[in-house]
Amino acid sequence: MSLLAALAALSAALSPDGDLYVAQNVFFAVIAVTMIFSALRVVTTSNVVHAALWLVVVLAGAAAQFILLGSEFVAVTQVLVYIGAVVVLFLFGVMLTRASLGDDESVGEEKRGMAAVVGVLLFSVMAIALIDSFEADRLVIDEPRSVSTVSDAIFSQYIVAFEAVSVLLLAALIGAIVVARKD
Amino acid sequence: MLLNQFLLLSAVLFCIGVYGVLARKNGVLVLMSIELILNAVNINLVAFAALNTDALNTDVSGDVFALFTIAVAAAEVGIGLAIVLLIYRNRRSIDLSEIDLMKG
Repeated sequence: MSLLAALAALSAALSPDGDLYVAQNVFFAVIAVTMIFSALRVVTTSNVVHAALWLVVVLAGAAAQFILLGSEFVAVTQVLVYIGAVVVLFLFGVMLTRASLGDDESVGEEKRGMAAVVGVLLFSVMAIALIDSFEADRLVIDEPRSVSTVSDAIFSQYIVAFEAVSVLLLAALIGAIVVARKD
Repeated sequence: MLLNQFLLLSAVLFCIGVYGVLARKNGVLVLMSIELILNAVNINLVAFAALNTDALNTDVSGDVFALFTIAVAAAEVGIGLAIVLLIYRNRRSIDLSEIDLMKG
Protein backbone atom coordinates (compact mmCIF):
# COMPACT_ATOMS: atom_id res chain seq x y z
CA MET A 1 0.00 0.00 0.00
CA SER A 2 2.71 2.45 0.98
CA LEU A 3 4.60 1.43 -2.14
CA LEU A 4 1.67 2.55 -4.27
CA ALA A 5 1.46 5.80 -2.34
CA ALA A 6 5.15 6.39 -2.89
CA LEU A 7 4.76 5.73 -6.62
CA ALA A 8 1.85 8.14 -6.78
CA ALA A 9 3.89 10.76 -4.94
CA LEU A 10 6.79 10.17 -7.31
CA SER A 11 4.63 10.64 -10.40
CA ALA A 12 3.17 13.78 -8.84
CA ALA A 13 6.69 15.06 -8.33
CA LEU A 14 7.52 14.39 -11.98
CA SER A 15 4.36 16.00 -13.36
CA PRO A 16 4.63 19.65 -14.34
CA ASP A 17 1.83 21.10 -12.19
CA GLY A 18 2.16 22.56 -8.71
CA ASP A 19 5.26 24.05 -7.15
CA LEU A 20 7.50 21.23 -8.26
CA TYR A 21 11.08 21.15 -9.37
CA VAL A 22 10.75 19.77 -12.91
CA ALA A 23 14.21 20.73 -14.15
CA GLN A 24 15.82 19.47 -10.95
CA ASN A 25 14.02 16.16 -11.26
CA VAL A 26 15.12 15.72 -14.86
CA PHE A 27 18.72 16.50 -13.95
CA PHE A 28 18.48 14.17 -10.98
CA ALA A 29 17.31 11.32 -13.21
CA VAL A 30 20.04 11.86 -15.81
CA ILE A 31 22.80 12.08 -13.19
CA ALA A 32 21.43 9.14 -11.20
CA VAL A 33 21.35 6.85 -14.24
CA THR A 34 24.90 7.90 -15.16
CA MET A 35 26.10 7.28 -11.61
CA ILE A 36 24.52 3.83 -11.35
CA PHE A 37 25.91 2.76 -14.74
CA SER A 38 29.39 4.00 -13.84
CA ALA A 39 29.26 2.35 -10.42
CA LEU A 40 28.38 -0.95 -12.07
CA ARG A 41 31.34 -0.50 -14.41
CA VAL A 42 33.62 0.18 -11.41
CA VAL A 43 32.77 -3.17 -9.86
CA THR A 44 32.67 -5.19 -13.09
CA THR A 45 35.42 -3.91 -15.38
CA SER A 46 38.53 -6.04 -15.47
CA ASN A 47 40.95 -3.18 -16.06
CA VAL A 48 42.00 -1.46 -12.81
CA VAL A 49 42.79 1.88 -14.47
CA HIS A 50 39.39 1.91 -16.17
CA ALA A 51 37.77 1.21 -12.80
CA ALA A 52 39.52 4.27 -11.33
CA LEU A 53 38.32 6.42 -14.25
CA TRP A 54 34.73 5.18 -13.91
CA LEU A 55 35.01 6.01 -10.22
CA VAL A 56 35.71 9.62 -11.24
CA VAL A 57 32.34 9.71 -13.03
CA VAL A 58 30.53 8.41 -9.94
CA LEU A 59 32.25 10.94 -7.68
CA ALA A 60 31.50 13.83 -10.06
CA GLY A 61 27.87 12.70 -10.18
CA ALA A 62 27.76 12.74 -6.39
CA ALA A 63 29.09 16.30 -6.44
CA ALA A 64 26.30 17.24 -8.87
CA GLN A 65 23.74 15.68 -6.53
CA PHE A 66 25.14 17.74 -3.65
CA ILE A 67 24.60 20.88 -5.71
CA LEU A 68 21.03 19.78 -6.44
CA LEU A 69 20.58 19.36 -2.69
CA GLY A 70 21.80 22.91 -2.11
CA SER A 71 25.06 22.03 -0.44
CA GLU A 72 27.71 24.02 -2.26
CA PHE A 73 30.62 23.56 0.08
CA VAL A 74 30.29 19.78 0.28
CA ALA A 75 30.15 19.63 -3.53
CA VAL A 76 33.34 21.66 -3.88
CA THR A 77 35.06 19.60 -1.19
CA GLN A 78 33.96 16.43 -2.97
CA VAL A 79 35.61 17.56 -6.20
CA LEU A 80 38.77 18.76 -4.45
CA VAL A 81 39.31 15.85 -2.10
CA TYR A 82 37.88 12.90 -3.99
CA ILE A 83 38.50 13.64 -7.65
CA GLY A 84 41.60 15.69 -6.95
CA ALA A 85 43.32 13.61 -4.30
CA VAL A 86 41.78 10.21 -3.72
CA VAL A 87 41.58 9.15 -7.38
CA VAL A 88 45.16 10.30 -7.99
CA LEU A 89 46.17 8.24 -4.95
CA PHE A 90 44.36 5.25 -6.47
CA LEU A 91 46.15 5.69 -9.78
CA PHE A 92 49.49 5.82 -7.95
CA GLY A 93 48.51 2.69 -6.08
CA VAL A 94 47.74 0.96 -9.39
CA MET A 95 51.05 2.09 -10.86
CA LEU A 96 53.09 0.94 -7.87
CA THR A 97 51.49 -2.51 -7.86
CA ARG A 98 52.19 -3.23 -11.48
CA ALA A 99 51.27 -6.89 -11.36
CA SER A 100 47.62 -5.95 -11.38
CA LEU A 101 47.78 -3.35 -14.14
CA GLY A 102 46.32 -5.65 -16.76
CA ASP A 103 43.34 -7.88 -16.30
CA ASP A 104 42.07 -8.56 -12.85
CA GLU A 105 41.17 -12.19 -12.49
CA SER A 106 37.96 -11.84 -10.53
CA VAL A 107 36.65 -14.38 -8.06
CA GLY A 108 34.78 -17.45 -9.29
CA GLU A 109 31.38 -17.38 -10.91
CA GLU A 110 29.74 -18.95 -7.87
CA LYS A 111 31.14 -16.43 -5.38
CA ARG A 112 30.16 -13.55 -7.65
CA GLY A 113 26.62 -14.90 -7.79
CA MET A 114 26.48 -14.99 -4.01
CA ALA A 115 27.79 -11.42 -3.82
CA ALA A 116 25.08 -10.31 -6.26
CA VAL A 117 22.43 -12.05 -4.17
CA VAL A 118 23.70 -10.27 -1.05
CA GLY A 119 23.61 -6.93 -2.85
CA VAL A 120 20.10 -7.40 -4.22
CA LEU A 121 18.73 -8.62 -0.88
CA LEU A 122 20.34 -5.73 0.95
CA PHE A 123 18.85 -3.29 -1.53
CA SER A 124 15.35 -4.78 -1.24
CA VAL A 125 15.41 -4.52 2.54
CA MET A 126 16.66 -0.94 2.45
CA ALA A 127 14.22 0.07 -0.31
CA ILE A 128 11.23 -1.32 1.57
CA ALA A 129 12.31 0.39 4.78
CA LEU A 130 12.98 3.73 3.06
CA ILE A 131 9.75 3.76 1.07
CA ASP A 132 7.83 2.84 4.18
CA SER A 133 9.44 5.52 6.34
CA PHE A 134 9.81 8.54 4.05
CA GLU A 135 7.10 7.99 1.49
CA ALA A 136 6.12 11.60 0.90
CA ASP A 137 8.80 13.73 2.55
CA ARG A 138 9.56 16.59 0.20
CA LEU A 139 12.72 18.62 -0.06
CA VAL A 140 12.15 22.36 -0.24
CA ILE A 141 15.42 23.98 -1.20
CA ASP A 142 14.95 27.73 -1.45
CA GLU A 143 18.56 28.72 -1.49
CA PRO A 144 21.83 26.87 -1.06
CA ARG A 145 23.36 26.55 2.36
CA SER A 146 26.23 28.98 2.19
CA VAL A 147 29.85 28.34 3.04
CA SER A 148 29.70 30.85 5.91
CA THR A 149 26.86 28.96 7.60
CA VAL A 150 28.78 25.69 7.34
CA SER A 151 31.99 27.25 8.62
CA ASP A 152 30.14 28.88 11.53
CA ALA A 153 28.78 25.46 12.50
CA ILE A 154 32.17 23.76 12.20
CA PHE A 155 34.05 26.34 14.25
CA SER A 156 31.48 26.72 17.01
CA GLN A 157 29.24 23.72 17.58
CA TYR A 158 31.56 21.07 16.14
CA ILE A 159 34.96 22.50 17.05
CA VAL A 160 35.92 19.46 19.16
CA ALA A 161 35.03 17.04 16.36
CA PHE A 162 36.95 19.24 13.91
CA GLU A 163 40.08 19.13 16.05
CA ALA A 164 39.69 15.37 16.45
CA VAL A 165 39.52 14.99 12.65
CA SER A 166 42.67 17.11 12.33
CA VAL A 167 44.53 14.82 14.73
CA LEU A 168 43.14 11.79 12.88
CA LEU A 169 44.44 13.08 9.55
CA LEU A 170 47.87 13.73 11.07
CA ALA A 171 47.93 10.24 12.56
CA ALA A 172 46.87 8.71 9.24
CA LEU A 173 49.60 10.67 7.42
CA ILE A 174 52.33 9.51 9.79
CA GLY A 175 50.92 5.99 9.82
CA ALA A 176 50.89 5.76 6.02
CA ILE A 177 54.53 6.91 5.86
CA VAL A 178 55.60 4.44 8.55
CA VAL A 179 53.75 1.55 6.91
CA ALA A 180 54.87 2.21 3.33
CA ARG A 181 58.52 3.27 3.73
CA LYS A 182 61.35 0.94 2.89
CA ASP A 183 63.85 0.25 5.62
CA MET B 1 11.89 16.77 -5.12
CA LEU B 2 11.24 13.83 -2.91
CA LEU B 3 13.63 12.82 -0.18
CA ASN B 4 13.23 9.21 -1.19
CA GLN B 5 14.73 9.57 -4.65
CA PHE B 6 18.06 10.55 -3.11
CA LEU B 7 17.87 7.89 -0.43
CA LEU B 8 17.11 5.18 -3.00
CA LEU B 9 19.96 6.32 -5.25
CA SER B 10 22.24 6.13 -2.25
CA ALA B 11 20.95 2.64 -1.41
CA VAL B 12 21.67 1.47 -4.97
CA LEU B 13 25.23 2.82 -4.82
CA PHE B 14 25.74 1.27 -1.38
CA CYS B 15 24.68 -2.15 -2.60
CA ILE B 16 26.88 -1.91 -5.70
CA GLY B 17 29.75 -1.10 -3.35
CA VAL B 18 28.94 -4.10 -1.16
CA TYR B 19 28.91 -6.31 -4.26
CA GLY B 20 32.30 -4.93 -5.26
CA VAL B 21 33.82 -5.61 -1.83
CA LEU B 22 32.55 -9.19 -1.88
CA ALA B 23 33.28 -10.06 -5.52
CA ARG B 24 36.72 -8.49 -6.10
CA LYS B 25 40.09 -10.04 -5.37
CA ASN B 26 42.32 -7.08 -6.20
CA GLY B 27 43.06 -4.99 -3.08
CA VAL B 28 42.93 -1.66 -4.93
CA LEU B 29 39.54 -2.50 -6.44
CA VAL B 30 38.16 -3.42 -3.02
CA LEU B 31 39.28 -0.01 -1.73
CA MET B 32 37.48 1.64 -4.67
CA SER B 33 34.29 -0.21 -3.75
CA ILE B 34 34.65 1.06 -0.19
CA GLU B 35 34.83 4.58 -1.61
CA LEU B 36 31.52 3.92 -3.40
CA ILE B 37 29.96 2.91 -0.07
CA LEU B 38 31.26 6.01 1.72
CA ASN B 39 29.92 8.21 -1.08
CA ALA B 40 26.50 6.66 -0.76
CA VAL B 41 26.54 7.52 2.93
CA ASN B 42 27.51 11.09 2.08
CA ILE B 43 24.55 11.48 -0.27
CA ASN B 44 22.32 10.28 2.57
CA LEU B 45 23.79 12.79 5.02
CA VAL B 46 23.40 15.73 2.65
CA ALA B 47 19.86 14.69 1.70
CA PHE B 48 18.86 14.67 5.37
CA ALA B 49 20.56 18.02 5.83
CA ALA B 50 18.38 19.36 3.02
CA LEU B 51 15.29 17.85 4.66
CA ASN B 52 16.18 19.24 8.08
CA THR B 53 16.93 22.76 6.96
CA ASP B 54 14.68 25.75 7.62
CA ALA B 55 14.17 29.00 5.76
CA LEU B 56 17.22 30.64 7.32
CA ASN B 57 19.48 27.60 6.84
CA THR B 58 20.52 27.64 10.48
CA ASP B 59 20.97 23.88 10.92
CA VAL B 60 23.70 22.42 8.72
CA SER B 61 24.68 19.42 10.84
CA GLY B 62 24.28 17.03 7.89
CA ASP B 63 26.69 19.02 5.74
CA VAL B 64 29.23 19.18 8.57
CA PHE B 65 29.08 15.44 9.10
CA ALA B 66 29.42 14.84 5.36
CA LEU B 67 32.63 16.89 5.47
CA PHE B 68 33.91 14.80 8.38
CA THR B 69 33.10 11.64 6.42
CA ILE B 70 35.10 12.94 3.45
CA ALA B 71 38.09 13.64 5.73
CA VAL B 72 37.92 10.19 7.31
CA ALA B 73 37.57 8.57 3.88
CA ALA B 74 40.70 10.34 2.69
CA ALA B 75 42.62 9.08 5.74
CA GLU B 76 41.24 5.59 5.19
CA VAL B 77 42.29 5.40 1.56
CA GLY B 78 45.76 6.66 2.42
CA ILE B 79 46.32 3.99 5.05
CA GLY B 80 44.61 1.33 2.92
CA LEU B 81 46.84 1.96 -0.08
CA ALA B 82 49.92 1.97 2.15
CA ILE B 83 48.92 -1.46 3.47
CA VAL B 84 48.24 -2.75 -0.07
CA LEU B 85 51.66 -1.45 -1.16
CA LEU B 86 53.36 -3.20 1.76
CA ILE B 87 51.58 -6.47 0.95
CA TYR B 88 52.62 -6.15 -2.69
CA ARG B 89 56.22 -5.51 -1.72
CA ASN B 90 56.32 -8.57 0.52
CA ARG B 91 54.38 -11.02 -1.64
CA ARG B 92 54.52 -9.66 -5.22
CA SER B 93 50.73 -9.91 -5.39
CA ILE B 94 47.70 -8.00 -4.10
CA ASP B 95 45.29 -10.89 -4.49
CA LEU B 96 43.28 -10.72 -1.29
CA SER B 97 42.37 -14.42 -1.40
CA GLU B 98 46.06 -15.30 -1.02
CA ILE B 99 46.44 -13.36 2.20
CA ASP B 100 45.74 -16.04 4.77
CA LEU B 101 48.60 -15.56 7.21
CA MET B 102 46.21 -15.22 10.17
CA LYS B 103 44.05 -18.12 9.13
CA GLY B 104 45.16 -20.44 11.93
